This record gives sequence, structure tokens and C-alpha cells, in this order.
Amino acid sequence: MAPAGARQGKVMKKFEILNTDLWYNDFKALHSVSMDIEANQITAFIGPSGCGKSTLIKTLNRMNDLIEGCKVKGSILLDGEDIYGNIDVNLLRKRVGMVFQKPNPFPMSIYDNIAFGPRTHGVKSRYRLDEIVEKSLRDAAIWEETKDRLKKSALSLSGGQQQRLCIARALSVEPEVLLMDEPTSALDPISTAKIEDLVTELKEQYTVVIVTHNMQQATRISDKTAFFLLGEMVEYGDTQQVFSNPREKRCEDYITGRFG
Amino acid sequence: MRNVFREQLKLLKDMMIEMGALVEKAIALAIEALEKQDTSLAKKAVAFDAKIDQKEKDIEALCLKLLLQQQPVAKDLRTVSSALKMITDIERIGDQAADISEITLYLADTTYINRLEHIPKMAEATAKMVTESIDAFVKKDLDLAKAVIEYDDVVDDLFITVRRDLIELTRADGNNGEQAMDLLMVAKYFERIGDHAVNIAEWVVFSITGKHDKG
Repeated sequence: MAPAGARQGKVMKKFEILNTDLWYNDFKALHSVSMDIEANQITAFIGPSGCGKSTLIKTLNRMNDLIEGCKVKGSILLDGEDIYGNIDVNLLRKRVGMVFQKPNPFPMSIYDNIAFGPRTHGVKSRYRLDEIVEKSLRDAAIWEETKDRLKKSALSLSGGQQQRLCIARALSVEPEVLLMDEPTSALDPISTAKIEDLVTELKEQYTVVIVTHNMQQATRISDKTAFFLLGEMVEYGDTQQVFSNPREKRCEDYITGRFG
Repeated sequence: MRNVFREQLKLLKDMMIEMGALVEKAIALAIEALEKQDTSLAKKAVAFDAKIDQKEKDIEALCLKLLLQQQPVAKDLRTVSSALKMITDIERIGDQAADISEITLYLADTTYINRLEHIPKMAEATAKMVTESIDAFVKKDLDLAKAVIEYDDVVDDLFITVRRDLIELTRADGNNGEQAMDLLMVAKYFERIGDHAVNIAEWVVFSITGKHDKG
């Protein structure tokens, strides 16, 4: 199913983050962050380590719920509905998938890795699962490399292949949003290029939010860029504007390497 | 941080200053040769253009190296891309100074139909524009860049004055026509040099503000 933004054929808000604060026990990791994330766009979060970008991306599908002592204040709306309100978190994570820095395939076959999510959500038909597995692997640009070895262990794949497998696994439950936390930082340049091409294609169907330490990557693939510092969102705008004429001196100092 | 990059950017600015100084010298040689009807000086002025061309090539190579190796962003990207655009205009000024000296060689054995008064003023005004536009680039001085753009009116007014005087002289004596045409060409070259200096200053404005408004 196409996301709402694609159906209406115009840019619209997928997420609205409103005055969001976040604490890990006594440590305040996010300070009143407010921003919209547009549907069918690639939004990059950049900033130095510890700036809150990974924390913020994890609030978007409530991965932070798993961390003890984590407290969120403010509201985050997904298609207008507060995800910190009374909602089914499993359903939220189906709608908002995630890919991590290090590929983390399950220790099972390639096929079962992809079928895992749909099975959890109640898909039993073998024919339907075959269909989902093929489509997900195709969408993640790894079908040709895996179609003859679907029963082999996912751990036999290379690092770059494993990461594309993880993207395929995230796609298998037909999410609307894909969150990617430094998805290429452990990969070689060729695998990185494949993932970047893939992400660019995925935005046709999905909203993508990507955390990256690689600023060339942000300029290459993202439509919007947000710069974070010490838990604050300092600048947010069109990627070209942010990298060619940033408004904020702190953003300029960071991206030009004059930081600290 | 990024010490090599910092040093390369400093080198770029130094080379821009050097290229600006060469062009200033080219304009000075061209006008001195014209005023003194000095053929050896004029030949020197024509040959001088090669130095400017070489400096353009060196700066271009440095800019491409910076883009390739350092992938500059934000104001650094604008500095490097502006420098790349500016040197094209600076190089054209060198060509025009050489073109003026070609005419000087042609006029060397003639007697001037009037005392050169406004053309040297054009030389002075355009040299000032070139120098200040490059100063503005190095110092990131927006006001100075804008002042250069404004100052082009002075050069344009001088051109109109020169043209009017030459028309008068031709009207008074048709024999003046041939030299009047040559002197008008000289004045036109200086007027074009002023326009190139304006282009340079507009790129300086871009390097500072991120906005490039063609006047």
C-alpha cells in the first residue's frame, strides 16, 4: 500500500515532533526538539557523537521504551496520531521499521529472516510468504544474489549483503517509514553505494530517516538535513541549503570541520 | 582541525592576490605604454598576459584539487567555487590589457589628436576596481564588494565622455576619424575591464552571502 503522501501526490508531514524532551534518568538527552518529517523524503540527522540524533530516531518507533530510565515528554505525531499516546507499539513498529549500524541477521535461513516478521503478524500462507520474501529481497536489491540460496544461513552472507538482507527484513512487513541508524558505517564503499542507491529508490514508496556520520552521504542522498548539537536541533532545512549556505554558525563550524 | 585544508585555502587566497596584482600591473603597463607611445613597453605589456594565463591555470588546478581532496561545504565551497568563476574574469582583463597594447603599437608613429585625459582616468578607476574586488574576496568584505559594483558607474561615465570628445574631434576634422576609432576601442576595452571587475565583485558577494545577483 502506498503511503498517504504518495496517494495525495504532494509533500505532507509524516511525523510531527513537538517540543520533545527526553531523559535517560537524570541526563537530559533531547531539549525541546520540534520538527516535521515529510513523507516520501529522505531526512538525514547529522551531528557529533552524543548530540542526540540516534536518540531522536529511536523515539520515532519507541525503541527507547526498551531502555530503563528513559522518559519522553512532548508529543510525536505519526500521520496526526500521538505515538506516545494509547497505541499498539507492535503495530507502530510494523509501520515504522528500523535498520541498525551493524547488520543483525537472525541465525536462521535467508528465507526465514524475511518471513519472520510477516509470520509474527499472522501471515501463514506459504504462497503469500514466498511472494513477500521475493518482493522484499527485490526491493532491497539483493534478490539476484540470494534467490538460489534462500535456505542457506543468513550468516553466510557478506557484511554488505547482510545489511541489505536486514533492509529486506524491515520491508517485509510493509512499513511506511524506514529508520536507518548509520546503516553503512560498517560497510565497504561498494556496499555503501548499493545501499545509497537503494535508499534513493525506496523513497518512492517509503519515508526514510537516516542517521549518518558521513556528511558526503547526507549531501548525496538526503532531501532534508537536520543538525543536532548537545541534544538540541540547531538547524533543519533543505540539504542543499544546509551544506551550501547554513544559517547557523554552529552548523557551519561542524560541517566545515572547524568544530571544537 | 583540517590543517592541510586551512593551509590550502590560505594558499588559494594568496594566489588570488598575486593574480590580482599581475592584472593591476598589466593595466598600468598598458596605460603607460599608450601615454608614452612606448613600443617596447607595449610589447612587454602584450607578453605580460602569459603570466596571467599561467596564474589562472595554477589557481584552477588548486581549486580542483581542493574540491577533489577536501570536498568543501558551506562557506568553503562558496570560496572555492567563487574563485573558479572569478579567475575567468580576471584572465579576460589580462587579455584586454594586451589588446590595448596591440592598439598602442599600431598608434606608435602617429601624433595623438588630443591630450589623453579621460582614458588614463579609466585605467586608474578599473585598476582600483580589480584590486578592491580581490581585497573584498580575501577579507570577506561585503561592503567593499558592493562599492566596486557601484563604482562601475564612474567608468561608464568616463567612457561616455571619451566617446563624446572623439565624436567632436571627428566632426571638426574628418582626418581625425581613423585615430578616433582606435582610441574609442581603447576606451571600450577599459569599459569592459570595469564590467569584468563587477562580475568578480558579484562572485565575491556570492562567496559571502550565498546569493548571486547579476546586476
